[in-house]
Amino acid sequence: MPLKNKIQELKEKREEVKMGGGEKAIEKQQAMGKMTARERIMALLDKDSFTEYDLFVEHEARGFDMENKVLHGDGVIIGTGTMHNEPVCIFAQDFTVAGGSLGMMHSRKIVKIMDHSLKMRMPLIGINDSGGARIQEGVNSLAGYGEIFFRNTLASGVIPQISVILGPCAGGAVYSPALTDFVFVVDNISKMFITGPEVIKTVLGEEISMEDLGGARVHSEITGNAHFFAESEAECFEQIKKLMSFIPQSNTIKAKVIEVKAPKGKYNIEKIVPGDPKMPYDIRDVVKAITDDSDFLEIQEMWAMNMVIGFGRINGQTCGFVCNQPLFLAGVLDVDSSDKAARFIRYCDAFNIPIVTLVDLPGYLPGVDQEHAGVIRHGAKILYAYSEATVTKLTVIIRKAYGGGYIAMGSRHLRSDFVFAWPGAEIAVMGPEGAANIIFRKEITTAENPDEMRKIKVQEYKDKFANPYVAAAKGYVDSVIEPGETRKVLIHGIEVAKNKAIGPPKKKHGIPPF
Amino acid sequence: MKDSKSTKKSAGDKAEQLSNSKFTTLNIMGDEYITLLTKKFETRTKWEKPNEKNIASFIPGTVTEIFVKEGQTVKKGEKIMMLEAMKMLNSIELPFDGKIKKIHVKVGDRIPKGTLLIELA
Repeated sequence: MPLKNKIQELKEKREEVKMGGGEKAIEKQQAMGKMTARERIMALLDKDSFTEYDLFVEHEARGFDMENKVLHGDGVIIGTGTMHNEPVCIFAQDFTVAGGSLGMMHSRKIVKIMDHSLKMRMPLIGINDSGGARIQEGVNSLAGYGEIFFRNTLASGVIPQISVILGPCAGGAVYSPALTDFVFVVDNISKMFITGPEVIKTVLGEEISMEDLGGARVHSEITGNAHFFAESEAECFEQIKKLMSFIPQSNTIKAKVIEVKAPKGKYNIEKIVPGDPKMPYDIRDVVKAITDDSDFLEIQEMWAMNMVIGFGRINGQTCGFVCNQPLFLAGVLDVDSSDKAARFIRYCDAFNIPIVTLVDLPGYLPGVDQEHAGVIRHGAKILYAYSEATVTKLTVIIRKAYGGGYIAMGSRHLRSDFVFAWPGAEIAVMGPEGAANIIFRKEITTAENPDEMRKIKVQEYKDKFANPYVAAAKGYVDSVIEPGETRKVLIHGIEVAKNKAIGPPKKKHGIPPF
Repeated sequence: MKDSKSTKKSAGDKAEQLSNSKFTTLNIMGDEYITLLTKKFETRTKWEKPNEKNIASFIPGTVTEIFVKEGQTVKKGEKIMMLEAMKMLNSIELPFDGKIKKIHVKVGDRIPKGTLLIELA
């Protein structure tokens, strides 16, 4: 056969396999409002940049009539391509082929692209759309998941790992996304749970829909499993591209520095924050008053809203922002916000992204539910994460910094490189009223007019302690700055610390309060 | 979850937020702050001291056998019922001496976690 014919043969084979589960299955996929695996890859990567591997892989399953079944590509597409002209590895499960179920060869394909990404130090993007383990393949299927989890863990902190949930992702399958850095979900399409509605109904008699059990909103608002929520697949892909523009290719490379743009004029930093520490405002406006072009990519914006985390640039360089949010729960620390901040701090540290901490918190959230949910153990994560992080750490105390919250939020004592405070900052063991009630209890209760005396004593405490100068006198705060100087001092801090060289003492690893 | 459709957008819309009347005060260490609450905080379950005379299920499952009758005196460690849960048969034993006041379940009942099984006198 002449080569020309062989080329023709290849073309035909390719065309056939690329149809995945065939026209009917594709129509079904589209009827669910979902793109096909191949369309998703094309939408996500730079135009014409995708090179596919293992297109002709076939399963080896025997029994249950499997030997007579053709599963194109074994239900997953893998390959490399570029995003923003930088190489990435990608896999996309193809729901049109046996429901995207994971068999041995399917998992081997995923494992192959994971090994590529780790070896060549490039980000890994995984698109999940699968009914779960291919039951006919038994323990081989479980082995496949195990191999994937192991590699997720090995690659953690070395290359960025991104999981996109665009369909069901149930049972053991959820643990690969859970081990990766960022999870993207889409409303009405993403479904994640360990045991599905049917099992729950059988065992517990509780009826719940997939959406209410593990839909995109559930994981964005309640569990915190998801980091980015989108209304459509197209919006989701834009979010992924935006995230990728902020983060480096691997832990040995710095994030790209881009052209510097000044913050937008409409964010007037002096007007955003009310002077009264009891009044709320949106801390994201302060972030936007600091970042280049007022651009801020918030992460987990619907979960633990009393803590704001995300990426922005200062002087062209990516920074990770960790901020108390007075708009919600007065910006307190609690179980969820501690988890949220601690994990993000560790991400930034792993990938050499300077951490900017904006502090304005009254302390920890009181409550039996908090104590019983383990706020001690969870709260300890923030201390651990800040203490352990050796990347540049810059802290700005905007307003309140009381008690344990002061220590936890990137204080000097946890080795922040620079601690700045605004002139209205109140750095103290607790708020003036709480403190005055304790210190001056006797004077207040025995006074002729206790309310009047309380007011006097609160004022006395305020004058003495509710300022940044007590901390500045001890060198705990490096510099008291005007709000308008914030961006300038942060640029300076990042510049000065760029050759920062400290490492942890030699050990295998610490024992963080997981 | 359908009712919360607007959450994402409103969380980002400052004007909408500051004009919304859901602002409330939250007392932290004696000082009161004006703030919004989160759904999780608002829907948290309030703690109540457990009544040790009420024996409740510690795991969801199916009642397969009941060994005691109402009015019966039972010694510590005696089996009171069998609960099949997660493919295992669990024998429920009384943690202390007591008298059965009321049995709230019957054989074959499928019960969630925390269901009242037996009340002691």
